[in-house]
Parts: sequence; C-alpha cells; structure tokens
Amino acid sequence: MSRVTTSRAVASRATASRNAPAVERAPSSAERVLAPVILGVVVIVLWQLLAGSGLIEAYLLPSPAAIGEEIAQFAPSMASAAGLTGLNALIGLLAGTIVGIVAALLASAARIVDGMLAPIVAALAVVPIVALAPVLNTAFGADAQTGRQLIAALAAFVPVFINTARGLRQTRPVHRDLMRAYAATPWQAMRTITLRTAAPFTFTGIRLASSLAVISALVAEYFGGPRGGLGGLISTSAASSAYARAWAYVVAAIVLGLAFYLVALAIERAVARRT
Amino acid sequence: MTPTSTPTAVSARGVDKTFSTKQGEVVALSGIDLDVAPGEFISLIGPSGCGKSTLLRIIADLDSPSSGTVEVFGTSAHQARLDQRYGIAFQQAGLLPWRTVTGNIALPLELHGVGPAERAARVDELVALVGLGDFAQKFPDQLSGGMQQRVAIARALAEKPALLLMDEPFGALDEMTREYMQTELLRIAAETGAAVVFVTHSIPEAVYLSDRVVVMSPRPGRIADIVPMRLGRAADRADDLREDGAFFEMITAVREALHGAPVTGPRGVETR
Repeated sequence: MSRVTTSRAVASRATASRNAPAVERAPSSAERVLAPVILGVVVIVLWQLLAGSGLIEAYLLPSPAAIGEEIAQFAPSMASAAGLTGLNALIGLLAGTIVGIVAALLASAARIVDGMLAPIVAALAVVPIVALAPVLNTAFGADAQTGRQLIAALAAFVPVFINTARGLRQTRPVHRDLMRAYAATPWQAMRTITLRTAAPFTFTGIRLASSLAVISALVAEYFGGPRGGLGGLISTSAASSAYARAWAYVVAAIVLGLAFYLVALAIERAVARRT
Repeated sequence: MTPTSTPTAVSARGVDKTFSTKQGEVVALSGIDLDVAPGEFISLIGPSGCGKSTLLRIIADLDSPSSGTVEVFGTSAHQARLDQRYGIAFQQAGLLPWRTVTGNIALPLELHGVGPAERAARVDELVALVGLGDFAQKFPDQLSGGMQQRVAIARALAEKPALLLMDEPFGALDEMTREYMQTELLRIAAETGAAVVFVTHSIPEAVYLSDRVVVMSPRPGRIADIVPMRLGRAADRADDLREDGAFFEMITAVREALHGAPVTGPRGVETR
C-alpha cells in the first residue's frame, strides 16, 4: 500500500519536474509581441461593439472604426501636425538637455553653484505648464513657436539635470585613486572616468525628458499661438464637435510620444551596455 | 648613511600620520622608518587598522604624511608619482567596465601620450605576460575575479615601473586562485626586476612572497618587527615551498612577531 503511494508520488514528482522548466522558461519573442497585440485587438473589438450598441453616445466615445476613418481622411494633416509639434519638442529636448548637462557639470565643479541651482531646479520641477504657456505666448508673440519650445526645454531640463548631477557623483574612489596615481590632468580624469561614469545616468534623464518634452509642447498649444500642431488640432476638433477627429489626433500624439521615447530608450540601452 | 650607486626604492623616515575625525585625532602611523632595496619584495602585514594601507598610500603619494619624509628612488614621493616611478594595484581591480582588457591595460600608456603603435605592441606583451591572450577583447564583466586582478597587475606594469605597490590585491580571491596568483606574481616580479611593496593580512601569503616581512601593530600604527625570510630568492620559489618545513618556521616567526610573544596556543591551526 505504502509502496504504491510512494511510487505514485515519485511518478507525479517526476512529471512535475518535467513540466516545471516549461512553466518557468522565459516567453519567446513571438509570445512577447503576440500577447499585447492580441490584447489590443480584443480591446478594440469590445470597444467597437460597445460604441455600436448605442449604450454610449458617439460624442462620449466614438467607435474605433469612426476614428480609423478620420485617420485615413486626415492622414496628411496629422503628419504635418505631428511634424510641427515634434519639431518643437525636439528643439526643446535638445536645448533642455544641453542646458541640463552644462548646469550639472557646473554644479559638480563648484559646491556653491550646486547650492544656488538646487532651489531653482526644485522650483522648475513644479512649474505648471498650464500657467506658463499663456504668459510665454504673450511674451514671444502670437505667431511664434518660441514659447512652446521653451516650455518643452524647461520640462526636459529638470530630469536631465538631476540625473546627470547624480551620475557625476558616481565616480568610484578606486578610479579616482588610479587617476591620481597616473598623475592624470583634471581634464583627462574628467574625460576617461567622470563623464563616462555619468553618461548612462544622463541618458536615463534624456529618456524621461523625451516624453515630457512631447507632452509639454503639445499641451502648450492649447493656450493660443499659431495653430497647426497636434495639441491645437485636438482642441479645435473637440470644440467643433468632431470628436472622432479629435481622437484621431490623440492617436497621432501617442505615436509621436512613443517615437521619441523609443529612440531615447535605444540610445540609453546602447550607452549603458557596459557599466 | 653611505651613498650607493642605486638609490633605495623606498626610504621612509619618521613618518607619522594623524587623521582628524569627529571623535578627535586618530594616530594612524607613528615613527615609521623603512627602506626597500631595488628589486626587493617586502610585505606589510598586521591587523586591520594598523595603518599598512595608509603607509602604502603615503608611498604612492595618494595621502601625505603628517610629518616625516618618504623618498622613492631618491626623489620625493610626490615627484616620483609625477614621474610615474611606480605602478599600483588595489584590492578592487578597478578596471573601467566600458573598456576591453586591451583598453584597460592601455589606459596609463594613453594618458601619458604613448603612440598607438608602441602602445599596441606593449599591450600585447603585457597580455601575454599575465596569460590573458584569449581574453584580450573581453570586457571586465566577462572575466573572473582572478582574471580581472591579472588585468589590473598588467596595467600596473604597463610602464615598466621599478616599483610595484599592491594593496591586498588578492584579498577578494578564493584560496586556490590566490595561491596561483601568488606564484604568478613572483614570476612577474622576477621577470621585471621590480621592487614590490605588498600589503596583506595573510601570514602565509606574506611569507611565500617576501624577502622581508614588515610586521605592524595598531594604535598607533608602527613597525613592530621586520622578519627576513630565509627561504631562498623569492624568484626561485614555487608551490612546493608551501609544504616545506622552513616555510612553516617562517610562518611561526611572523606570527610570533605579530603577537609580540611566542604563540602558546595549538600549533599548526589557522596558518592562513
């Protein structure tokens, strides 16, 4: 009796151990891609059924098919709007990144600069874009993109500065000793150790900044200034009750934001490979 | 002192080092006098906090003494550092993770303006010297701890220094790798003819490697005794020495110097 039980237990354990690796193995790349695609399709089909059922009014939630039609019809306008907003975001991202890195270098070089910058950065980090946009639009004139680019730059500056400043403090003592033992000049130590150690941190900051720059450039368009950007068109479409078209521009805004994020992520991965 | 044709590799006279801490002044080193001859292998041994690493850092001019003088090959420690008279290795290999083995060994040559062709030739020699030929293009995170430490030693030897300063370079390695690395280091030191100052807290390691073992005691850190190793030339030593009676006698001698009296406990226990 007990012998039978034992042998069955052994057999079931053997089965379990044979199955265990299959359960724990990492999903294949096909599965990784397929799973979210299937989920997306299911959500869209459910959404279409819900919108078509008449339970929800079209102005509250247009059907995916209606949004798709708008996308097909307004594709050229969407592309040019994404180009405009994207350019503002890109200029802002680059400017904010450069200023952020330079400011972090100054802060790491002199404690007094660090002390001076800390409260300013803290203030910048909490500046509401909504409050700043109308002011800057007035300051730079109604037909200039400058205000929007500046807002994107402000949003990008904060994460780049904070991450770079942190990265510049990560130099390992053994590397500092080594540079001193080699009688390396401050510039040599900076180039071979400090900057290279900080680089992955900076690129993490840029990745975070990339999404913020797009969002900020887009939201800034809600508050006057020239039309033609994604943000402006979303608000115009919604104001003229073209809800499906507004949603179509939202889709374009998501694609634009994702493009920025993915490029920044790819650069970050490439830089951080060996650290 | 009588003038000699070759100045001593390291000459420390009356070296004191005091650190200021929140709890007040801490005397790390007191009245250190030490001479290291060219080509000589000496170990600094002692319990934690005896200032052996501090002494090494002062010789390397990474710290400065509170009083006293250190000369390296007849010049001040500071000038010797600027002139790159020594190579140095730490307990952490301290490799740059974004550079390959080759790139790491080339680092000091690059910093000191050695041309690409000469640099490549020297790096090839060094890679062969430490036996990493198959790993030249690997990155540090692809190497074992022992291999990383060999890269660090090759890097320290890059500019053919006549003095090698080593701060517990094998401290983080397992015992087998450690013994292997010790024999390798003896071979390399013999091939290069460099004097070595080696910080360790392992008695067998100090005995196996050294011509003389400098025994230090803590609070304040000072030299308690200098024990000459009567084991033949360091360069001629090999693994069979580890089982030799003379080796154990020297271990006992160093241990007694460390404890300041003949050891009364059971013999032969804890010989590492």
